[in-house]
Amino acid sequence: MFRDALLVLNKDLRVEARSRIALNQILPFALLVLFLFAFALDPSRGVLERATAGLFWLAVLFCVVLGVGRAFALESGDGVIDALRLSGLDPAGLFLGKAGALFVQLVALELVLTLGVVVFYGAALHSVALLLVAGLLATAGLAAAGTLYGALAAGLRVRETLLPLLFLPAVVPVLIGATRAYESALADQSGEGWPWCNLLAVFAAVYVGTGVLAFGPLMEET
Amino acid sequence: MTQTLGDEGVATGDAAPAEAIAPGSTASRGTRVVGLLALAAWGLLLLYGLVISPNDVLQEESVRLFYIHVPGATVGMLAFAFTAFGSAMYLWRRTAFWDLAAGASAEIGVVFLTLGLIAGGLWGEPTWGEYWVWDARGTSSALAVVLYLGYLAVRRIPSAPEVRRKRSAIAGLIVFIDVPIVHFSVEWWNTVHQPATISRLDPTIEGLMLFAYFLGMVAFSLTYWWLVIHRFRVGWLQEQVDERSLSDAIDLRRAESDGSSTEVTS
Amino acid sequence: MNQLDAWDNVALGYIIVIGLLIAYAAWVLVRGRRLSKQVPAKDRRWM
Repeated sequence: MFRDALLVLNKDLRVEARSRIALNQILPFALLVLFLFAFALDPSRGVLERATAGLFWLAVLFCVVLGVGRAFALESGDGVIDALRLSGLDPAGLFLGKAGALFVQLVALELVLTLGVVVFYGAALHSVALLLVAGLLATAGLAAAGTLYGALAAGLRVRETLLPLLFLPAVVPVLIGATRAYESALADQSGEGWPWCNLLAVFAAVYVGTGVLAFGPLMEET
Repeated sequence: MTQTLGDEGVATGDAAPAEAIAPGSTASRGTRVVGLLALAAWGLLLLYGLVISPNDVLQEESVRLFYIHVPGATVGMLAFAFTAFGSAMYLWRRTAFWDLAAGASAEIGVVFLTLGLIAGGLWGEPTWGEYWVWDARGTSSALAVVLYLGYLAVRRIPSAPEVRRKRSAIAGLIVFIDVPIVHFSVEWWNTVHQPATISRLDPTIEGLMLFAYFLGMVAFSLTYWWLVIHRFRVGWLQEQVDERSLSDAIDLRRAESDGSSTEVTS
Repeated sequence: MNQLDAWDNVALGYIIVIGLLIAYAAWVLVRGRRLSKQVPAKDRRWM
């Protein structure tokens, strides 16, 4: 399972490295979202600063939707998905590989977004440990859930609208947990933020487990 | 009132045949019984809920909405639980019955839970001054509605029947797992944001009020059963129609290609 | 004044809930009839 996972992970990342869609489109989109929030919320009145954690994670969520769409668009041309199935790849490995590739790209995205938030919103980064742990756990959950729902919302024409509808309500726990953790980290009160990591860890575990179990039946005869 | 009992709808399988009462409808003797009982329950509910039972000490008239707010939401959530059960049963038995049952129950669950939320908003407004207060129960219920709307959308993705049913069943289970996770996290979020004011404001019900609440549960449950049977049959009919139109299209195509081999085409 | 408000809500609530239930039930029943017409009699009920 893990060997297959690494295979798929490498393939997805290599495709990204060559096409650079995430770099050229999703990343600018993320920064654009930060700007849109600033226009909507008026930087001069301090709302932006207080809401930084939430806005950060909202931007991440929007990018996950785009990223998942991309991860599955990779497979839908010319029967690639049938080729994957026939190749005897372990479906659980396929899931872990795709989710893993998504995870890597999301972490990279978040690093840039963090920079953006420091520069544009004037955020001061305290409690880096909490930021890292909560961020990685949240991203793992988002990547797993995104991959799972991306597979569920199969069907080229329907995916763009169905995926957000399925995915976003389901990841409300991540939004809540990650935002609260980041809020307390940025306010240098990390004591209140650490308990939220439990929620994030449980969420990630549940979705990784569910994905590993469900991908087999899902991939059959699709 | 009832038309002649036709032989339409006599089931050919081992399921107890439910003969159609009127030709070309989804009604049967069973649904007539359940339907009449449901109407009776609603009548009693209106009587006791709106007239006979007293006002609450604190909430005065608002409590009367409690008799439809909580039953509606509760039966709605139970409907979702049945959808999960049906999904699991489908994955085990692979019969269309369970897939149709799960789908019907989900749709009714969405309707009931939404109605529960509407009634809940109207119930709370005199007490809290607003129709929506981001309380844990209401917020997570609203999210559950959205999640199941997503499930219903997954059911509509066009694919081969087996594939569609399996995907829907998996989606049904996943969405059901979501609900407690979302509820728990919203509740936790809520304690951070709204410490004091919006705590347990459900009234202590007893006596006639309890009876009215009980009538509410009965009315909604009977309505659920009546609706789910009809909705199940509608789902079945829809599949028949789809299958039929597909095989008609195939036959037509085949006839065209056969015809063209004997006719001179321009 | 407060009494009046609460009764308005109660009335509105019951009317909306019952009304929407009736509307949904009607929709299901009408769909049932419409679809039934397109299916030959022997196939109208589940296996």
